Amino acid sequence: MRLKTLLTAFAACAVALPGAALAQDPTTGEPQIVVIDQAELRPFPIAIVGFTGQYGDDISNVIRGNLRRSGFFDPLNPAGFTERPGLGARPTFPAWTGIGAQAVLYGGVTPRADGRVDVGFRLYDTYRECQLVSYQFTATAEQWRRIAHKISDVVYQRMTGESGFFDTRVIYVAESGTQLEKLSRLAIVDQDGYNPVFLTQGDEVIMSPRFSTSNPDEVTYVALGRDYSRIYLYNLSTGRRESLGQFDGQVLAPRYSNDGSKLAFSIIRGGNTDVYTIDLNTRELRRLTTDPGIDTSPSFSPDNSMIAFTSDRSGSARIYVMRADGTGQRPISRGGGLYTAPSWSPRGDLIAFTKQQGGQFHIGVMGTDGSGERILSSSYFEEGPSWAPNGRYVMFARQTRGGDTRLWTVDLSGRVVAQAGYEGRGSDPAWSPLLDQPPADLGFNQGPDSCPT
Amino acid sequence: MKTTSLFRLTLVGASVLALAACSRPAQPEPGLPDGPVVTNPDTRGPTTGGGTVGGGGIPAAAGSVEDFAVNVGDRVYFDLDSYEIRRDAYPRLDAQAEWLRRYPNVMVRIEGNADERGTREYNLALGARRAESVRSYLIQRGIPATRIDVISFGKERPIAEGSTEEAWARNRNGRTAIVSGAPAR
Repeated sequence: MRLKTLLTAFAACAVALPGAALAQDPTTGEPQIVVIDQAELRPFPIAIVGFTGQYGDDISNVIRGNLRRSGFFDPLNPAGFTERPGLGARPTFPAWTGIGAQAVLYGGVTPRADGRVDVGFRLYDTYRECQLVSYQFTATAEQWRRIAHKISDVVYQRMTGESGFFDTRVIYVAESGTQLEKLSRLAIVDQDGYNPVFLTQGDEVIMSPRFSTSNPDEVTYVALGRDYSRIYLYNLSTGRRESLGQFDGQVLAPRYSNDGSKLAFSIIRGGNTDVYTIDLNTRELRRLTTDPGIDTSPSFSPDNSMIAFTSDRSGSARIYVMRADGTGQRPISRGGGLYTAPSWSPRGDLIAFTKQQGGQFHIGVMGTDGSGERILSSSYFEEGPSWAPNGRYVMFARQTRGGDTRLWTVDLSGRVVAQAGYEGRGSDPAWSPLLDQPPADLGFNQGPDSCPT
Repeated sequence: MKTTSLFRLTLVGASVLALAACSRPAQPEPGLPDGPVVTNPDTRGPTTGGGTVGGGGIPAAAGSVEDFAVNVGDRVYFDLDSYEIRRDAYPRLDAQAEWLRRYPNVMVRIEGNADERGTREYNLALGARRAESVRSYLIQRGIPATRIDVISFGKERPIAEGSTEEAWARNRNGRTAIVSGAPAR
């Protein structure tokens, strides 16, 4: 797959530029060696035709926005399209190669007898003249936005070979007011910035919201009042909100284990901050760190066997890892500067972090043994990386000097740094897992003209 | 005609008195007639009798929250990335301890604060160390630990606006907040 090769090349390029990659010649289909670097790389031109039927054009618009923001696609301007294939028809390929489209997506919304709609679509490779995928989602017409995200995920997955991340939400701290009279509210929004909903009133300072990766309806966050700090467990679908309990000390930095059975967090006692875990069923509390330094911001590895955290026990803040029972604590970050806010990648191979060095703040990634550190984004102030469920992007908060804080994303190559879909003021973003399972085995043997790979 | 002028003068006098008493910025009182006010130089209005009226804040009542904040000082400041009590903070903390010994029913909460140049969770931990430094010192100066609560606000509650060294220095502080028991209001 052409784009998959490019994605691999992005990661390689960030380490050693320029990188060489295998790609296919668009005219002959033969493999060729191309040399690319970050500056020369062009996003993949794709034609996304307005779907037919109710909300059809809206669905196509959402898909275009999603794919464009990913940085790997260049959705072409529909004004240049010369045909609108029906769902049952094949595209006229020269009509698309003629405008530079290397793939074309089209589809339609069809009412069903039960009042819902079928949203079917086809994706074709215009040069190889074969079908990459066809699929159909069924839902109520009002769920058109959600369907558009799921179609975006299918296209992304088929073109890149990696799972998508568009059918997700972001929980964050919405900010308003002035620097000295700041109002902070827990809020949730679709990953593309639509449907923001406030979940608290603003009478408490909200910090560190996190999704349960096993259930995107479960979140945890810290509420800081005048004289208390609480960790809440909050179910978004039932509205049930529960305090984790009273602890002897101030609590902060909660994160779910990936099976949802435990929470890792910190308690401050006598000025000393340590990492604990609590079993959410038995409420058994276990203390994992005991040194007099700051130990906080725990983050589980995907298999829950390890925890990354930040500690200044050596004199300055560094990233550490330990086993989930607290044994085997060791520093992994190797560079100078202050390393905080680690976040273990859902793929398991990388830890994202915030680094303060040289009067600037940086978002970076390193291997789980601290090797191969790469800075993805730098500015006056940025913090708190949170991974997209496919492990290819992180979202973080960036503050301009003397200005507001907003949500940004960067991809693993560091090439696609952009403000997130949500453009309002906010901080502490946390990316949800995919809201439900994507369809499996897409694109293979779906018709007589299915592409061979 | 004469009645009307006198009526106006009386109103002006009353409003000036009212304004002086509240020490608000002078602005037209609602309900006052518009247009120029005619004053007769031979007739002294009720406001001009004994010269200007001075004003100012009333000193804080001894033992009040305001007394503590103004006359003792409720905040001490910290160096960058440090939670060590600075030499210049000792006189103020000594005065806080002295004040708290004088009013033994007062309960306090030490609030630890950090500047904006750090990540959120780490700064909470940093602020907690500052609060603990203040707490430890007050205990050392004879204040029972049971009278002192602590909380860290991290970088969430700055007192100085802007992104300057000066603002950051002010925002790195520990505040001794009176929770209850102050004998005066």
